[in-house]
Amino acid sequence: MDMQVAKKKLGLKERYAVMTRGLDWTPSYQKMEDIYPYIAYEGIKIHDWDKWEDPFRLTMDAYWKYQAEKERKLYAIIDAFAQNNGHLNVTDARYLNTVKLFISGISPLEYVAHRGFAHAGRQFPGPGPRVACLMQSLDEIRHAQTQVHAISNYNKYYNGMHDFHHAHDRVWFLSVPKSFFDDAITAGPFEFMVSIGFSFEYVLTNLLFVPFVSGAAYNGDMGTMTFGFSAQSDEARHMTLGLEVIKFILQQDPANVPIVQRWIDKWTWRGYRVLTLVAMMMDYMLPKRTMSWKEAWEVYFEENGGALFKDLARYGIKMPDCAAQIALEKDHLSHQAWSTFYNYAAAANFHTWMPDEDEMAWLSSKYPESYDKYYRPRMEYWREEAAKGNRFYNKTLPMLCQTCQIPMIFTEPGDPTKLCYREVDYKGDKYHFCSDHCKKIFEDEPEKYVQAWLPVHQIYQGNCFPEGTDPTVEGFDPLAAVLKYYNLEFGRDNLDFEVSEDRKNFAEWRGQATKNV
Amino acid sequence: MQIDLRTVSIKPLRHTFDNIARRIGADKPASRYQEGTLDMQQTANFHYRPTWDPDHLIYDTARTAIKMADWYAFKDPRQFYYGAYTLARAKQQDTAEANFDFVENRGLAATLPDEVRDTVLQMLIPLRHVAWGSNMNNAGICAYGYGTAFTQPCIYQSMDQLGIAQYITRVGLLLGDVDVLDSAKKAWMEDDAWQGLRRYVEDCMVIKDPVELFVAQNVALDGLLYPLVYETIIDDVLSSKGGTPVAMLTQFMTDWYTEVKKWIDATMKTAAAESDENKAILGKWVVAWRDRAAAALLPVGRIALGERTDELTAEVVQQFNARMAKAGVPV
Repeated sequence: MDMQVAKKKLGLKERYAVMTRGLDWTPSYQKMEDIYPYIAYEGIKIHDWDKWEDPFRLTMDAYWKYQAEKERKLYAIIDAFAQNNGHLNVTDARYLNTVKLFISGISPLEYVAHRGFAHAGRQFPGPGPRVACLMQSLDEIRHAQTQVHAISNYNKYYNGMHDFHHAHDRVWFLSVPKSFFDDAITAGPFEFMVSIGFSFEYVLTNLLFVPFVSGAAYNGDMGTMTFGFSAQSDEARHMTLGLEVIKFILQQDPANVPIVQRWIDKWTWRGYRVLTLVAMMMDYMLPKRTMSWKEAWEVYFEENGGALFKDLARYGIKMPDCAAQIALEKDHLSHQAWSTFYNYAAAANFHTWMPDEDEMAWLSSKYPESYDKYYRPRMEYWREEAAKGNRFYNKTLPMLCQTCQIPMIFTEPGDPTKLCYREVDYKGDKYHFCSDHCKKIFEDEPEKYVQAWLPVHQIYQGNCFPEGTDPTVEGFDPLAAVLKYYNLEFGRDNLDFEVSEDRKNFAEWRGQATKNV
Repeated sequence: MQIDLRTVSIKPLRHTFDNIARRIGADKPASRYQEGTLDMQQTANFHYRPTWDPDHLIYDTARTAIKMADWYAFKDPRQFYYGAYTLARAKQQDTAEANFDFVENRGLAATLPDEVRDTVLQMLIPLRHVAWGSNMNNAGICAYGYGTAFTQPCIYQSMDQLGIAQYITRVGLLLGDVDVLDSAKKAWMEDDAWQGLRRYVEDCMVIKDPVELFVAQNVALDGLLYPLVYETIIDDVLSSKGGTPVAMLTQFMTDWYTEVKKWIDATMKTAAAESDENKAILGKWVVAWRDRAAAALLPVGRIALGERTDELTAEVVQQFNARMAKAGVPV
C-alpha cells in the first residue's frame, strides 16, 4: 500500500465547483444546439458560462438537511393551528378574503414558477445557473404545496377557496396573475429569468409576497404567516440568483444591454399591474393594516429599487420609464381597484365591502392628496345606498386591457378624472389598452398578445358557460351561467361581506369558542 | 386507559377542496400528497403559446406518444410531496454522513486493497457524469411532461441524481484527490470503455418525448446500471475482496434505488395498463433502450468483473425483464 500524500484541502468555492461544474462536459455525440435548442433565439450572447459566480453554494446533502428541518417545524405549526381552530384568531372575518385572493391568485403561480425554473434549468448550458435554477424549481413546488396545505384548513370553514385551481384557470380577474406567468414561461429562458428571477423575485417580491405575509402576521393568521416565514430563506436565495443572472447576462456582451433593458421595462410594468391586487389588499382588505400601498411603493421601490438601479447603471441599465407613471398612480391605484371589485362582487370568489368611518379616516390620512377629493364621496354614496338596501352590483362587463387584462379602470396619468384609453389597429382588429406601457408591450410582440384569453371577450363569445348551455332561451341569466362555469355558488362565494355566510359563521364560532352559551 | 382531552369542536363546511373530492369520489379528508399533487398543474385557457415551442401549449399532452385519459391516474407509491420527500432524504443523508465519517475517521480508505481502490476509481467515479446527465434529463421530463402526478417525482429524481453525483465526487475525494476526478473525467471523455455510455447519455439529452426520456433514463439505463454497479459489483464482488467500506460509501445509492424503483414500476404499470397502444409503444422503447444500455454497460462492467461480465450482466438483464413483465410491459 502506497503512503498517502497529504491531500490538498479544497476551499469552499473549489469544493462547490467540483460538486457542480466539474460534473459537466462538452458533448461530442450530439450537437450543443440540439441539446440546448432554445438558447439562441432571444439574441442574448453568452461567451463564457464559466464566468458565472455561484450566488450560493449549497450541495444537495446540506439542502436536504436544512430544508427538512424547516418542513418539520412548519408542519408542526400547521397541525397545531388546525387542531386549535387557529382560524378563529384572525382579527376579523373580512381578513379571510385576503387568504382567498392568495390561494386562487398567487399559489398557482408558485407552481408555474416550479415548472418554469425546471425548463430554464434544463436549457441553460452552464452548470452553475442550471443547478441554481433547478434548486429554485424544487423550492417553488415547496411553496405551492405548503401554501395549499396551510390554507387547506381555512377552506374547510370558509367559502370562495373550494375550487381554487379551477377558478385560477377561469375567473375573470385571475387572468391578470395567470397571464403574467403564462407570459413569462412562454418567453425564452433568458427572458424568463429576467421576468421572474429578477423583476419578480428581486425587484417586486417585497411588494407582493411580503405584504401578504406581514398582513397575515398583523392579523393573527398564524398559518399563512408560518409558511411565509419558512419560505424566507428560500426567497433570499432566489433573490441572489435573480440579481446574479442579470449581472451575468449584462457582463457577457454589450449587445445584451438593450434587450435586457426592454425586458426590465416590460416586466416592471407587467409586475406592477399585477400588484394592483396587492395594493387594494393592503389598503382595504386587511382589517389591521401594515402600511399603505403608497408607503410600500415608496420604501420598497422608490428607495430600495432606486438604489438597485443606481447600482446597475454601471452596466448601462437605467430605471424603467414606467416608474414615473407609477409614481403618479400611487395615490389612486388601490382606490380605483377596490371600487372595481366592489362593483363586480357578484362575479368574484371573495367578498367586498365599504370601509367604515375609522378606515376612511385612515385612508384620508394616508392619501391626503386624493382620498377625500376623489374617492371618499363615491364610497360614502355606495355605503349610504347599501344602507338603504340598494347595494350596487355592476351587471355589465368591463372592457379589458389586451396586455395586463385588468378592466380599463385606470385614469390618465396626472388627471384622475379622466379614464385612460389607448388603442392599436393590428391586422384589421382593434386592440385596447389601459396605458401607454401596456400598449408598447403589445406593439413589441403583437403576435404574442393577440393570443390573450380575455375573460370578458370569452364570456361574450359564449365560451364561459357550462357545456350544453343555450344562451338564446328566454330568461337566460348570463351571470348564473358564468358562475356555474367558475364553479362559484351564488350567495355563498360572492356578494358583499355584510350578507356573507363567512361573516355569520365566524361570529357564531368565535362565540362558541370564547363564551359559555 | 385513554385520557380525554377536550377541544372546541366546530363542524367544518367541507373536508377538502372540490377538485380533490371529485377525484377521490367524496368530500372526505384528503392526504397532503393528494392536496399537494392533484390538479396542481394548470389545464385550461392558456394565454400564449411558448415562443420556444409554438406547436404546443404550455403544458401539452401531445408532447408524448403515450395517451392517458387522465394523467392523474399516476400515483407515487411513496406519496412524495416536497415535505415528505425532503424528510426522507434528510434521514438517508444522516446515514450517509455517518458512513462517510466512519470510513474517514477510521482511515478505512487506506485499508482498501489496491485492486479494489483502482476498480472504484476507474469504474465508479466516472459515473458522476452519468448522474449529472440524469439530473438534466429528469429536469426535462419535469419541465415538458404533463400533469403533476407524473412530473413532480421527476424534479425529486433530478435533484437526487445531483446528490448522487455529489456523493460519488466525495468518494473520489476521499480515496484520492482532485486529480482522481480529473482522470475519471478524461476516461469519460476519451476511453473506449466509456464511449458507449456517454453516447447513450448524450442521445437521451435530445429525446423530445418526455415519457420516452423517462423510459430511456429512469427505466432502462438506471434499471440496469444500479443493480449492476451498486448491487452486483460493489455490494457483492468488491465486498468479498475487502471493499466493504466502499459499500458503506454508496449505501445511499443502493437504498435510494430500492425506493425509486417502486415509483418507476408503478408509473410503467399505470401507463401500460391504460391501453394496448401504450403497452406496445412502451414495450418498443424499453426493448430498444435496454439493449443499448446493456451494450453500453458491458465495457464498464468489465472493469470490475473481467470475464464474468457477460454472465453477470445477463443476470441483471434477466431480472430487469422480469420487473418489466410484472409491470405489464412486453419485453
